[in-house]
Amino acid sequence: MGLCVNVVKKLKGFSLDVKWKIEDELAVLFGFSGSGKSLTLQIIAGLVKPDNGLIGINETVFFDSSHKIDRVPQERSLGYVFQDLALFPHMTVRQNILFGSKGLGEDEKKRRYRELTEAFYVDGLVDKRPSEISGGQRQRVAFARALMRRPDVLLLDEPFSALDTPLRIEMRSFLGDLRRTFPVPIVLVTHDAVEAASLADRIIVYSDGAVIQSGSVTDVFCSPSDERVRRLLHGQENFLANLCEKDPSKPK
Amino acid sequence: MDSSVLFSLRLSLQVALTSTALIVLVGVPVAYFLARKDFPGKEAVDIILTLPLVLPPTVTGYYLIVAFGRNGFVGKYLYDWFDWSIMFTWYAAVIASFVVALPLMIKTGRAALENVDKNLVNAAYTLGHSEWETALKVTLPLAKRGIIAGIVLSFARALGEFGATLMLAGNIPGRTDTMPLAIYSLSASGDKEQAAGMVVLLTVVAALFLYLANRYSRRIF
Repeated sequence: MGLCVNVVKKLKGFSLDVKWKIEDELAVLFGFSGSGKSLTLQIIAGLVKPDNGLIGINETVFFDSSHKIDRVPQERSLGYVFQDLALFPHMTVRQNILFGSKGLGEDEKKRRYRELTEAFYVDGLVDKRPSEISGGQRQRVAFARALMRRPDVLLLDEPFSALDTPLRIEMRSFLGDLRRTFPVPIVLVTHDAVEAASLADRIIVYSDGAVIQSGSVTDVFCSPSDERVRRLLHGQENFLANLCEKDPSKPK
Repeated sequence: MDSSVLFSLRLSLQVALTSTALIVLVGVPVAYFLARKDFPGKEAVDIILTLPLVLPPTVTGYYLIVAFGRNGFVGKYLYDWFDWSIMFTWYAAVIASFVVALPLMIKTGRAALENVDKNLVNAAYTLGHSEWETALKVTLPLAKRGIIAGIVLSFARALGEFGATLMLAGNIPGRTDTMPLAIYSLSASGDKEQAAGMVVLLTVVAALFLYLANRYSRRIF
């Protein structure tokens, strides 16, 4: 069960070689820009083809180079929220969300649409274009659209990086609520330690296209495995002191 | 207005509209493939289809005769099978306008399609939409203005086509003399007044179309 990723991809001047597995939880891919986090999401979604490896979720295989299985993105049950959200500028909010309902029956489509627009507080702006609503609202529309088809996993590529701090905090708590209402495993990419700590069940630390440490928030943040992980946490000393003090099982 | 002037006006519109329709049918898919696909010889295709934009129209016309003339590699079969040649008919004028104006559609369309954010296309794929659906519902609508600008420019160019048309369709009064050809005949025979009328008309129409093309290509969402 869960999402299993084991892939190798060589690009010009960069190579990705990662292996990890998560259960029904929120996993954070944490690392500097250019460490291969977003590339991993694109590979899971089928937008970039790995050189070889295996990607599977629950009993479904998305990609398996040894059996020549490579499902097209359309056949992979996942919701993808892009860094720039990728809302269609020529469609209204309603059209954007319904664009995510491909393959649902009419009744199911209506029910799901009502459920999501209400849960995400966007039911008042469904006739507006993305350019006419606020950043936080756009964010919620993108989430609603990604969840329409009841995906098996939600991929979030730094979805909050463009927001200012108060809104980021609001969106984080919103993401917490979302998991209670719509339980789905989530892979979140971020380079923000506070964001990672406040959301993650599991943290997977990336560096130069490889996984260098993985575990719970306190495992990783309170006992960094080496200098590279410590460098990622640089500047967050106060926050870490607080975090690690609260957890008596992990002495500093 | 003289009946021969009216004929030229009507023929010009007929030729320009027909060739523009063909340009849309051929040019939009070609622009899409050039913008979105990688295949060997892609730039060669672009160059060959764009050449008529920079070649002297007589050179384009020469190639068209090589293809469609009675001994041409296409024209030969038309003549053998149907005892008919496309040369010196209004169809020839359509072919000439089509080939000369097509690059404007391809260039403008390709640029507009390449400008469509790749992430939006990827988002449509991850939401379960096939490439065909994505092209119709996302890529083409987002490139709409550029494509319309390309259509407008192609139409204006087709309306003003002279050199290749002269080579392939000739300048036969009452049959293939579109406005640019009629202007040539009229001014050669000293009928300045009739020529001036058509010159002004063509200039105004061309200016109007350039205005439309600018308007469409600049306005964005």
